[in-house]
Amino acid sequence: MLKIKSYVKVKSIAEAYELNQKKSACVLGGMIWLKMGNRNVSTAIDLSGLGLDTIQEREEEFYIGCMTSLRDLETNAALQEYTQGAIRESLRHIVGVQFRNCATVGGSVFGRYGFSDVLTMFLAMDTWVELHEAGRIPLAEFAGQKKDRDILEAVIVKKNPLKAVYLSQRNSETDFPVLTCAASLSGDRAKTVIGARPGRAMIVEDTRGILQGFGEMSRREKAEAAGEFSKFAAGNVPLGSNMRASLEYRKLLAEVLTRRAWESLGGIGK
Amino acid sequence: MKYVSRPVRKTDAMALVTGKPVYTNDLAPKDCLIVKILRSPHANAWIEEIKTGTARQISGIEAVYTYKDVPQKRFTLAGQTYPELSPYDRLILDRHLRFVGDAVAIVAGESEAAVDKALKRIKVKYRVEEPVLDMHKAKDGKILVHPEDDWEAKVPVGADNKRNLCASASEESGDVDKVLAECRYTVDHTYHTKANQQAMMETFRTYCYMDYFGRLNVVSSTQIPFHVRRIVGNALAIPSSKVRVIKPRIGGGFGAKQTSVSEIYPAFVTWKTGRPSKILYSRYESQICSSPRHEMEIRVRAGADEKGIVRAIDVYTLSNAGAYGEHSPTTVGLSGHKSIALYRHTEAYRFAYDVVYTNLQAAGAYRGYGATQGIYAVESAVNELAHKMGMDPVKIRELNMPVQGGPLPGYGDCDTAESCTMDQCMARAKEMMHWDEKYPCVDLGNGKVRGVGVAMAMQGSSIAGVDVGGADMKLNEDGSYTLGLGCADMGTGCDTILAQMAADCMETPMENIVVFGVDTDISPYDSGSYASATTYTTGMAVVHACRELRKKICALGARMLDTDPEETDFDGEFVYSGEKKVSLREIAVKGTCGNSQELQVTRTFSSSISPPPFMVGMAEVEVDKETGSAKVVDYVAVVDCGTPINPNLVRVQTEGGIAQGIGMALYEDIQYSEKGAVRNNSFMQYKIPSRLDIGDIRVEIRGSYEPSGPFGAKSVGELVIDTPCPAITEAVYNATGVRVRELPVTPEKIALGMLKKDLEN
Amino acid sequence: MNLSFWLNGEYRHEEVEPDRMLLDFLREKGCYSVKCGCETSNCGLCTVLMDGKPVLSCSVLALRAEGKKIVTMEGMQKEAEEFGSFLADEGAEQCGFCNPGFIMNIFAMERELADPSEEEIKEYLAGNLCRCSGFTGQTRSIKKYLEYKKAQKREEAEA
Repeated sequence: MLKIKSYVKVKSIAEAYELNQKKSACVLGGMIWLKMGNRNVSTAIDLSGLGLDTIQEREEEFYIGCMTSLRDLETNAALQEYTQGAIRESLRHIVGVQFRNCATVGGSVFGRYGFSDVLTMFLAMDTWVELHEAGRIPLAEFAGQKKDRDILEAVIVKKNPLKAVYLSQRNSETDFPVLTCAASLSGDRAKTVIGARPGRAMIVEDTRGILQGFGEMSRREKAEAAGEFSKFAAGNVPLGSNMRASLEYRKLLAEVLTRRAWESLGGIGK
Repeated sequence: MKYVSRPVRKTDAMALVTGKPVYTNDLAPKDCLIVKILRSPHANAWIEEIKTGTARQISGIEAVYTYKDVPQKRFTLAGQTYPELSPYDRLILDRHLRFVGDAVAIVAGESEAAVDKALKRIKVKYRVEEPVLDMHKAKDGKILVHPEDDWEAKVPVGADNKRNLCASASEESGDVDKVLAECRYTVDHTYHTKANQQAMMETFRTYCYMDYFGRLNVVSSTQIPFHVRRIVGNALAIPSSKVRVIKPRIGGGFGAKQTSVSEIYPAFVTWKTGRPSKILYSRYESQICSSPRHEMEIRVRAGADEKGIVRAIDVYTLSNAGAYGEHSPTTVGLSGHKSIALYRHTEAYRFAYDVVYTNLQAAGAYRGYGATQGIYAVESAVNELAHKMGMDPVKIRELNMPVQGGPLPGYGDCDTAESCTMDQCMARAKEMMHWDEKYPCVDLGNGKVRGVGVAMAMQGSSIAGVDVGGADMKLNEDGSYTLGLGCADMGTGCDTILAQMAADCMETPMENIVVFGVDTDISPYDSGSYASATTYTTGMAVVHACRELRKKICALGARMLDTDPEETDFDGEFVYSGEKKVSLREIAVKGTCGNSQELQVTRTFSSSISPPPFMVGMAEVEVDKETGSAKVVDYVAVVDCGTPINPNLVRVQTEGGIAQGIGMALYEDIQYSEKGAVRNNSFMQYKIPSRLDIGDIRVEIRGSYEPSGPFGAKSVGELVIDTPCPAITEAVYNATGVRVRELPVTPEKIALGMLKKDLEN
Repeated sequence: MNLSFWLNGEYRHEEVEPDRMLLDFLREKGCYSVKCGCETSNCGLCTVLMDGKPVLSCSVLALRAEGKKIVTMEGMQKEAEEFGSFLADEGAEQCGFCNPGFIMNIFAMERELADPSEEEIKEYLAGNLCRCSGFTGQTRSIKKYLEYKKAQKREEAEA
C-alpha cells in the first residue's frame, strides 16, 4: 500500500521543486500508478492548485499543463482538429472515461512508460517539455533521459502544419497495446514513431530517405514508399517479446501498422 | 400461470440498483480485526524457520499464526456433498508451501496499516525446492506436490499422491479402436484449454464473530453455506454444530465461491481470539490464489462413416489440478460425459483421464466445470471431421445431435433425453445467423473477412443422486408466506424464480411471499448453488412444499368450515366448501390461536437423474487478414432450458455466459513466470471483456418440457459458457483457414498461422 | 489533515490522513454504494462524480476533494431508482455489485453527451466492467432509459 507522511498542495512550482529534491518526496500526477505501488512517500507534492490543468492554444503552440487530464486532451476540439483526430484515437482505448479523467498528461509523459500511447503520439509531433530547472527541451530528448528530480510543468506542441495518424494493435479493446504506431507529415518532415515494442516509444529515423518528398509523390509512389518504409521500419526498430505478444508478431505488426499509417497519410488507406 | 414464464423483476433489484449496503463488507462490524495472509514467494518450499516476534510487537496487532498454531488434520475446501470426492490435502497453514501465493502466516490486527507492517516483519527462512510446473511432467515425476503421508482421498477416484495423481480413470463402451478403424473418416487432434479466472466483481470475503452461545458465526460471500459449515468445522477441528454460516447478497460467483477460499482464515482468528474479524481478498489475491478453471489438454479421436454418422469417439483428458485438489476429480468427468453424449449414434466410446498435481495455483469450479473444456475439444474435432468430409458443420450435427427420447451415449446421469429441442435450436440458429448465405465466410473486400462457426452444448441439471434442494414454506399470521431457502442467490436471481414458482403454486401475488436465505441455523438444508442445480432441484422442493402447505391450509379451513378437507377447494384467497368459504387471512390468524397444526412445511428434493439442457451457438467473427485481429461481431444462441421460469433471467444468464466464453476464447489466459508466479495478477494484466469487446449477442429460447423438473424446467447457468470456444475457433478457421487448437485464439496466433499457411502454399 | 468539501450536497469539514484514498474515505463516511473491485483502476466500480465529472475514487487522494463537490449514489437515490428500474426490467442488474459505479457513469454520460449512439455509449462506459450480464442487457436498458428521458423532455417542452 502507498504510504504518505505529509501532503502539500504547493503555491508555486519553485516550492514544488524544492520539496521534490528529497528522494522520498513525490510529485502527484493522476495517482493511477503511484497508488498501485508500495512506496513510502515522505512528502506528496500536489500541483493541482497551480492552474496547470488546462490546454492553452497560443499563436505558435499548444501549451498543455502537466495536470491536464487525458480526457481533456482527448476532448479538446482544437487539438483534434490539428491532429485530424489522431490524439483522440491514441487515447480512447485507455481503460475508460473515469480513468482518463484521473490520469494526467504530465504523469503519462514523466513516467516514460513503454506501453504509452500518449508518448507515442506526442513523439510524432513537434513536442517539447517544459521543466522547471532544465527549461524547454524536446520530448524525444526527455524521453531518453533517466527520471530526475526536476518538475515537468507542461507539454508543448508546436503548431507546425501537420497531418497525423495514430494506430495501435491490442488483444482486447481496453488492454495495453501490443504495438503502437504514430506517423506524421509536417512540411517535408516525415516522422514515424513505434511504441509498446514493448520498450518505450521511439522515432524510426528514415535514414534511407524513403519517405523523402512523400507529400509530392504520386499515388503509386506513395504506396510503394509506404510499403518500402514499413519493411525498413520493421527491420530496424528494436522489438521484443512480453506476455502480450512475441517479437515475431511485433515485427509483423510493425510493418503492417507502419504501412497502413503511411497509406493513410498518403490518402490511399482503406 | 401468473408468474412462471414471465419476465418478473428480481425481488432484490431495487436495493441493488440504488446501491444499498447489502454485501458482506457493507455489513461487517466496524470493530472487526483485519485479517491478512503472508503468501509464499516460492512455488515449492519448506519453512525452515519462521520468526513472528517483532511482528507481534507492533501496536494494534492481535495475533500472528503460523503452521505451528493450526490443527494438524487435513481437509478440503471443495464445496461438495460429504464425503467429498476431492482429496483431503490441506491444512490452514502448512510447513510445505506448494505454489506462489500459498499461505505462510495469518496476521490479525486493528488496522490495515498495522497488519501490513506486521506482514513485513515476519521473517521466514525457506528451503526452496524445484517445483513441477508443467502438467505433462507431473505424473510419476520425481517432484511430489503432496509427499505427506496423511494425505487422504475419502473416495476412490484413482488418486495417488505418491504419483502426483489427483484422479485417474478410464471407461469404455464398445470397441473404440475397431469402430474407428472401420470409419471412412477419422480425426485425431489434441486441444489445449487454459486456466481462466471467474473474475466476479466482488472478490472473496468473509467476516466472523462469536455469539452469546459461544458459537462461531461466519458471514460470507459464498455459493455453499452448508458446505462451509462443515469445512470450517473440519479446518478448525471443532464440531460443525459450533459453526453458523450466513450468506448475504453476493457480488457474483461463477463457481469461484464453490470453494471455501477465504472463510477459514477469519474463522480461525475469531475462534482463537474471540474477536470479530474479516478478510477481504484483494484482486491480486483473487488472481493468484483462488480457484480458477482447470487447464486441460484433451485428445480427441473421432470417426464417421461415409454418410456422416459419427460412430466412435475417444477422449483422453489431462487436467491440471494445481497444488490442491478442489473439484479436480469431478471437473474432469464432465469433459467426457457432457461432450461424447452430444453424438447420439456413437456406437463405441472411450473416456480416460489423468488429473495431476502441479506447483501452480489450485484450480476449482468455474461455470461449465470441465464440460466447457471437453465440449471445446469434441465440438472442434467434429468440425474438423466435417471439413475432412466436405460436409457443412451444421449438417453433421443435424445428423448426429441428441433428440427427444433418444440416447445420450456416455452421459451416465440419464439414459435418454426426455426433453430435447436441439433440432429446433439448430434450425432457428441457422435462420438467425443466415448460415447458408454466410458459411464458410464472406470477404468484405477491405482486408477483412467474416467467418461463421457453430457448436452444440449440453450440461446437466444438478448432480444426479447427490444434490439436495430444500424449501420451507410457512404461512404467517397476516396471510403472507415466508419461503426459507438454503440455496445461494449470487446475483443469478434464484430467490426470485423460486418465489415465482411458490406464488403460482399458492395462487398468491409475489408480494405476498417473503424469501429468506441463507442462514444454516434456520434455512432448510441445501447443497448450495452449483452444478446448475438450483432451479431444478430446489425448485422441485418448493413445488412439493407448496403442495403440502396447500393441504394443511385446506385442512385448517375445513375445520373452520366444519367440513371434511376432501370437500374443500383453495384458490389462493379462500378455502371453499360448497357455498361456505373462509379467507386465507382468517385461516392464518386461526393458525396462531388455539391451533396445534403447523402451517409450515419443509420439503427436500433430490433427483436421481440430471436432465441436460441443450443449446446451439453460432459465432460470426471478423478477422483482419493482416493483423489477425478477431472480433465476434455477432453471436446467436438458441437455448433449450426446459420451461424458462423467468425468460429475462434466462436471457441475461445466456448473454453473460457467452461474454465470458468470448473472453476465454479470445484472450483470457492465466500465464505463469518461469518460477511459477502468476503474471496476470490484476485486472490490468488479466483482461476480461469490456463492453467494447462484445458485439451483438442474440438469444432465443426454444424450451422443451422436462417432466422431472418444476413446471418443466431444466437448467441454464453453466450451459451457456460452453459454445463460444468451439464456435469462435471454427469461425476463425472458416475465415482464415487457420485452426487454433490452443486457447486463447489471439491475433498473434491467427496472423502467424496465416503467414505459415501462405508459406506452405 | 483538514478537508472541507461537499458530499452529496452537504458541506462538510473532516479530518483525513494524507494517504487516505477517496474510496475508503467515502465508505468510512457511510457511502457504501462505492465499491472496490480491483486495485489497478480498471473496473469502474468505485466511480463517483467530482465536480460533475466521473472519477475513480480508488485513485483520488481524499485530500484532493478539497473544495470540490463529490456525489455518490447515496446522493442520487431518486435518479438511481429511475434508471435502475429500466435495468431491473431487463434483469441485467444481476449481482448488482458493479451497478452503482456503472449507473453513476451513466449520469455523467447523460451530462456530457447529448444524444449518444450505441457505439458512443459503449465507449463512454467501457471503463465499467461487469462479469454477469455480458453488457447486452445493460445496453438495452440504457437505450430505453434515454428514449424515456427524451420523451419526458419533449413532454415538458410541450407543457
